[in-house]
Amino acid sequence: MWGKDGESMIISVASGKGGTGKTLVATSLALSLRDKDKVQLLDCDVEEPNAHVLLKPIITGSESVSIPVPKVDEDKCTYCGKCAEVCAYNAIAVMKQKVLVFPELCHGCGACSYLCPEKVISEEGREIGVVESGHSDGMEFVHGKLTIGEAMATPIIRKVKGYANHEGTVIIDVSPGTSCPVVEAVKDSDFCLLVTEPTPFGLNDLVLAVETVRQLNIPCGIVLNRTGVGDRKVEEYCQKEDIPILLTIPLDTEIAGFYSRGIPLVEGLPQWKGSFLGLSDKIREIVNERSGSLKR
Amino acid sequence: MKEVVVLSGKGGTGKTSIVGCFAALAQSKVLADCDVDAADLHLLLNPSIKEERGFWSGQVAVIDEEKCTQCDLCQELCRFDAITDLKVDPVSCEGCGFCSQACPAEAITMRENLSGQWFISDTKYGPLVHARLGIAQENSGKLVALVRQQAKQIAERDGLDYIVSDGPPGIGCPVISSLSGASLALLVTEPTLSGIHDLERVLGVCRHFGIPALVCINKYDLNEDNTRQIGNYCLKQGIEVAARIPFDNAVTEAIVQGLPVVEYSQGRVTQEIKSLWQRINGALAG
Repeated sequence: MWGKDGESMIISVASGKGGTGKTLVATSLALSLRDKDKVQLLDCDVEEPNAHVLLKPIITGSESVSIPVPKVDEDKCTYCGKCAEVCAYNAIAVMKQKVLVFPELCHGCGACSYLCPEKVISEEGREIGVVESGHSDGMEFVHGKLTIGEAMATPIIRKVKGYANHEGTVIIDVSPGTSCPVVEAVKDSDFCLLVTEPTPFGLNDLVLAVETVRQLNIPCGIVLNRTGVGDRKVEEYCQKEDIPILLTIPLDTEIAGFYSRGIPLVEGLPQWKGSFLGLSDKIREIVNERSGSLKR
Repeated sequence: MKEVVVLSGKGGTGKTSIVGCFAALAQSKVLADCDVDAADLHLLLNPSIKEERGFWSGQVAVIDEEKCTQCDLCQELCRFDAITDLKVDPVSCEGCGFCSQACPAEAITMRENLSGQWFISDTKYGPLVHARLGIAQENSGKLVALVRQQAKQIAERDGLDYIVSDGPPGIGCPVISSLSGASLALLVTEPTLSGIHDLERVLGVCRHFGIPALVCINKYDLNEDNTRQIGNYCLKQGIEVAARIPFDNAVTEAIVQGLPVVEYSQGRVTQEIKSLWQRINGALAG
């Protein structure tokens, strides 16, 4: 799994703070690498997936994601209450002559059906989203979409990651934040690219994101976006923490304009391709170095 | 008492900058930072913490190696792949307790998990309830619910008119938790195709839960074609565009100074946010 030349490598693109440019970076990195390597882009921001807006993929497959929720055969139920007792999410309530199931609270752990002494609980799937797969100009593309009104993103993220082909470079676009959906998307990556901006908000959330990837024991590096306004505190932090800044992108209305129209940076301004190839070389170097030192 | 929650779907559209301004503009309110994953509102409001509490939530399985007979049943049953080689990965553990219930040797117990902190603070603009979810922790929805509940108690105790909440990005668990039962959602978007796409999804969530919404287009002049497209979309949906805020580096400069932009600049951004707050007031009264 380590990213030696020619071996596969998983790069996740995360940020802590939203709107710092994760999708811009993930798509341009994928488009730059496509000419020299097999590339797959997995959009794991299943709440608000945006990579498709820029890559305009042709979708060829769609798979429903559901979680198993309990179905009680009340003809055989003795209303003993065991299922309600073992459910950690209060998704089942047992009355005298009635069992109430609250599917939207169920996490699909399976405890109730397994532990029912009468074996009268079966499971049925409840759809919470879809995963769509296809391609964009020869690049493989997969994204997940959480159904509107649904709360649980992680089962969909897990499903999207199941599509990783472990060939060439796999690029994962992550949702903002630092909690469960981010951990689910980032874990098992060989490298995590953290995109931030040079403001106190960017720094505050970067620190949280760095703590998260360190806890997962994944090496990270920074893309500093919209430089020009703001302050130098992110750079000072990175220097102090020995985190490499691998690419800087200036605040530029031309770049923002392309993004606003759904045009990837390296298509609107092809001169950026070299910078993204350089970024991927630096990442490979860090991953290889680490894999070498781990083997020793 | 009325509760306004500021959401966006897409991250980084300017929710926190706008809530910071409402803090300075609104009378008689309590502020709530419901983005417990990556809270930033405190960076504009300079709070002094008055009360700090642990957020105990959810449980994590712990295997007693002495009692364990290595039957592997827990590993087979766990649907979250949280047990490998009879070790629990606390990050993957959903706290469902299935393993603990099923273990024939009764070797697994569930331990309460300290998954964050929450704070009640004073700011020069009024009380602020905020929180910090522990790194890589779950249950952000529950922590959001706790923050809102505390804000509500303060508002009731002090007879305040408004709760102004800074919401998280996305449409999932913490967003639903920020939104349910609120009086009004302000949806902050930007004139990019991604912003429009995400606005449609978060508006869908508001509809799903029956919460009235207003839209604010931030940095509207970065792409005026897209701004018109958002306007047309909102017209069709029967949603009012309550403000069009221009792009201005003063917004970033104000963040660097740790100030709400209405306290930093008297430019068009400030004028537009002032009239937005008045419009929200009107919508809440009507």
